[in-house]
Amino acid sequence: MAIITVKDLRKNFRVSVKRPGLSGSLKNFFNRKTILVEAVKGVTFKVSQGEMVGFIGPNGAGKTTTLKMLCGLVHPSGGELLVAGHKPQSRNTSFLKDITLVMGQKQQLIWDLPPLDSFYVNAAVYGLNKQEASKRIDELAAMLELNDELVRPVRKLSLGQRMKAELLAALLHRPSILFLDEPTLGLDVNAQSKVREFLSKYNKRYGATILLTSHYMADITSLCSRVLLIHQGSLFHDGSLDELTLKLSPYRAVRIELKEPQPKGLFVNYGQLEEFNGCLVRLLIPRETLTDSITSILNNFPVKDLEVCDPPVEELIGNLFKNPNY
Amino acid sequence: MIYFKKVLKKIISPYRIAGSLFSSQYALMLEYRAEIVLWAISGVLPLIMLGLWTGAEARVLAGITKEDITRYFISAFIVRQFTAVWVMVSFEEDHIEGKLSPFILQPIYPFWRYFFSHVAEQFTRIPFVLVIMIFLFIGFPQTFFIPSNKELIAAIIAIFSAFCVRFILHWTFAMVNFWTERASAIERVLMIPYLFLSGLVAPIETFPESVRAFALLTPYPYLLSFPAKILSGANVNLLQGFLCLFLWGSLFMFISFYAWRNGLKQYSSMGA
Repeated sequence: MAIITVKDLRKNFRVSVKRPGLSGSLKNFFNRKTILVEAVKGVTFKVSQGEMVGFIGPNGAGKTTTLKMLCGLVHPSGGELLVAGHKPQSRNTSFLKDITLVMGQKQQLIWDLPPLDSFYVNAAVYGLNKQEASKRIDELAAMLELNDELVRPVRKLSLGQRMKAELLAALLHRPSILFLDEPTLGLDVNAQSKVREFLSKYNKRYGATILLTSHYMADITSLCSRVLLIHQGSLFHDGSLDELTLKLSPYRAVRIELKEPQPKGLFVNYGQLEEFNGCLVRLLIPRETLTDSITSILNNFPVKDLEVCDPPVEELIGNLFKNPNY
Repeated sequence: MIYFKKVLKKIISPYRIAGSLFSSQYALMLEYRAEIVLWAISGVLPLIMLGLWTGAEARVLAGITKEDITRYFISAFIVRQFTAVWVMVSFEEDHIEGKLSPFILQPIYPFWRYFFSHVAEQFTRIPFVLVIMIFLFIGFPQTFFIPSNKELIAAIIAIFSAFCVRFILHWTFAMVNFWTERASAIERVLMIPYLFLSGLVAPIETFPESVRAFALLTPYPYLLSFPAKILSGANVNLLQGFLCLFLWGSLFMFISFYAWRNGLKQYSSMGA
């Protein structure tokens, strides 16, 4: 059953524009011009309970705005939105107790106090008694491998420790829907991996639905079975990463190492020749002719080594964003 | 039994939230004790005005004794210490930097966070204000006075009520941030009527009749002059003063709710 239903969701922002320099500033002072920016243009999708969905797209694509509308922070300009049976923009208490939003670049912990102080404030706000709060803090701290950090002022913690403490604060009320905006932003590889591991455990233990945006493909590939690719405010893809790869690249990359050099012309019929260096050939071969092509290559050439792989998904998405026709 | 527990939880919950917000904000304010000393010292304008008014001819003309004016301005100094409000600046900062977003998504009206932050700061000020008062009374022993218990209790209630109304007034104007993003400039504008109509630079009694009548139509005299007069032992119409504070507070509370509800529709969650 869908816990999140989004139908033709839209968001427009009015943004002021100003020319550079003194004259631009003076003109802007007397006659402020604004333009209407369509940040989200009719996005439709559904998310089932317990699903982990990744939002991907370049900066300004509309993924964070979509996330902010889903959690009730921003009012939609149009369309229908239902999260856990509520209209998010109404921000009912029961809805707010069901969700959480974690922003990688923003913090809710009190900067000059230890995280524990913020946790107990959150516990009171969400109606948890002290024993229950302590129990949950211990449980989450164990999952996040946090110990002494909880009694040190937040300002003295490393970025990774702070992010873990932020997650603990945001999950203390045990929300069933998590909205995560760049949760691993700025973290080192180890810290990123710990955060991912924790999110995966949380999802399994509590059956929570997780929607996350990230620029790190590793976050998406390791956590999300489903991705929503948002491009220029519209939903470009809704499905698995493999399906996305297939959609973006109907070819597979084949790298061939030959025992002895062969003429270049013999390879052009198999597909698009990406690289040729006598003994080293790199081809992009259409998926539907891949098996036949490889059989033919192995039968007709002195092959020393052969490798078939998908082009990196980051590269494919990057190419998509550069393409003005999309 | 379960129903009883639920009702009890509902009754206790706001107190637990208030206690928790207060204790965390108090702990935070203690971290900034040096800053709070400076803030406390910066509120000495009534004492400067005391120096000016002690020898002023206008005081004699208004029929105010030297003792009365001294008591009034010392009381005004105390009232000002405990009615300081900076919510417009904090709200603007949180709004622009995106810190407001997590507050909006919690099941508590963000108003209370700012409110308890102010209350905690005022509690932190108590020892510093006492020290300043001790120095003042040592330096000027003729100014020493102790209000009666009745005056003290009425003054404490009036000071807290004045703080609440001033806080609600500034909170209401802080909502302008949802439309303009730089609403803290309004605070500078609000300071002008506060300075001249509240009794901060001159007791209301010394105003020309028409100005005094106008001032009494605004909330300002009730934010400073009214509690200061109670504390100084002057003859005050308590019922009228508290009623005016209640009415002004209710009016701005109503406007602020409306502004909050509509402001959130404009909220773009910038900086986050």
